[in-house]
Amino acid sequence: MKGLVLCLVLAASFAPAAQATVVPAPERQRQLIRMVRQDCGSCHGMTLKGGLGSPLLPQDLRDKPPTSLVATVLYGRAGTAMPPWQSKLDPAEAAWIVEQLLNGFPNE
Amino acid sequence: MKRLVAIGALCLAACAQQPQLALRGSGDLGVVIERASGRVAVVDNSAAAVLGSVDGLGDLSHASVVFSRDGRYAYVFGRDGGLSKVDLLTRQLERRVVQAGNSIGGAISQDGRIVVAQNYEPGGIKAFDARTLELLADIPSTYGAEGKRSKVVGLADLPGNRFAYALFDAGEIWIADLSAPRQPKLSKFRDVGRQPYDGLVTPDGRYYLAGLFGEDGVALVDLWRPEQGARKILAAYGRGEEKLPVFKMPHLRGWAVAGRRAYLPAVGRHEVLVVDTATWQEVGRIPVKGQPVFVMARPDGRQVWVNFALPDNGWVQVIDTLDDRLLATLAPGKAVLHLEFSPKGEQVWISARDDDRVLIYDTESLKQVGSLVAQNPSGIFFTSRAARIGF
Ligand code: HEC
Repeated sequence: MKGLVLCLVLAASFAPAAQATVVPAPERQRQLIRMVRQDCGSCHGMTLKGGLGSPLLPQDLRDKPPTSLVATVLYGRAGTAMPPWQSKLDPAEAAWIVEQLLNGFPNE
Repeated sequence: MKRLVAIGALCLAACAQQPQLALRGSGDLGVVIERASGRVAVVDNSAAAVLGSVDGLGDLSHASVVFSRDGRYAYVFGRDGGLSKVDLLTRQLERRVVQAGNSIGGAISQDGRIVVAQNYEPGGIKAFDARTLELLADIPSTYGAEGKRSKVVGLADLPGNRFAYALFDAGEIWIADLSAPRQPKLSKFRDVGRQPYDGLVTPDGRYYLAGLFGEDGVALVDLWRPEQGARKILAAYGRGEEKLPVFKMPHLRGWAVAGRRAYLPAVGRHEVLVVDTATWQEVGRIPVKGQPVFVMARPDGRQVWVNFALPDNGWVQVIDTLDDRLLATLAPGKAVLHLEFSPKGEQVWISARDDDRVLIYDTESLKQVGSLVAQNPSGIFFTSRAARIGF
């Protein structure tokens, strides 16, 4: 079942604007924004300009397929410091984060 | 006489700008990084009070600080490559240079004359005159056949105005001799291990350790006998087991050493590793509540305090080094990012980012004895660091 949801989300994110089908509730969105700025920020920088992790600004991600970015967030990248976040984020949340990253990530 | 009047006028002008700065020393001061606001709060350790703040310091996520020998100036290294010199007595930003695109920290030389920044982008270190922040040397971390530049981590000051650091992407340790700062001399240790993530020099300045992320173990160089090269210690601490996802890199510094033992975070494991610094053999491991980030010995070495990565970042644990057993598990607040002991260790200050507070604990009773308000506090740094090798 989890797999199915993932497939759906991945399929949805093939759409040009990387629209997430399931939008997290406003309260959860606030948590996710804080998490990305603070926790992802410990490697990617609070302004997402990069650090130990690569920069995550729109111009850095524009040419990369959103599906693979969502997969990177959920499963991490072996051999690098990028950890898997699937215990903290469900696929829809990861897709929403990637969509926000591509559009310019909101401030807290 | 005319001259005297002129001086008087000057003083009047200056005094008008900064009224009532009482005469005081600098040894009991510190700074707290307020990371979301690009600001540092200047604090008085004994009074447990914020004296004022200095802003305009840029992106302070992952900021770190070193102090001038007299404890008057804090050099603040920001993520955005900014290096700011802050006067703690007047609480003014004295100078600021943006020296790289992406930076991770810095160090100050044995003689206090050179401040060095370690950079991710462009990778390398840069040395500056501590007084003027004039650039003295730019040393790119170029490695391999293609001339790529590595991210630099683990910069530490060594005796002899030298600096040790590690190259994350290259798996190398370099030592830069800046005794003639405009003509730096480099020595390089290659293949020390995969992805060193941070480093430390022991308080006596003898050993440099670089923790490895890409494999289990720690690279070690005996700086008194550099000809022996780097060797690996704790090489099998993971026992080949898969490590947990690492949501935050641990931090290393000379505070790891308590008496003759070093207490080191196990990467991707809920353990603190104990090493005998005479033999560099593992002598124990202590199960803890989460993945350790800071493992810090109280200055007298009797206790070691530990904080943790997500999702256990609300806890702090205290180890009694007499028998290497857990003494206490504390819940100081939400998102504990950093700890700093008072110079002789009777108190520890703990930043709880998501509570907008710094908590002050008595280290004997293990009770909270005070707190300060700060906006998203992260690093806490007391000027007593000025006198320590590796800080
Ligand atoms: C412990 C460090 C660390 C943390 C924390 C971290 N990342 Fe990463 N991340 C990395 C590294 C390192 C890379 C680059 C991997 C590589 O070299 O391919 C990366 C790569 C990425 C990429 C791919 C970028 C690209 O250009 O292909 C995305 C997207 C990403 N991270 C998102 C996140 C998000 C979202 C979070 C928080 C939920 C996060 N990261 C937290 C270290 C981290």
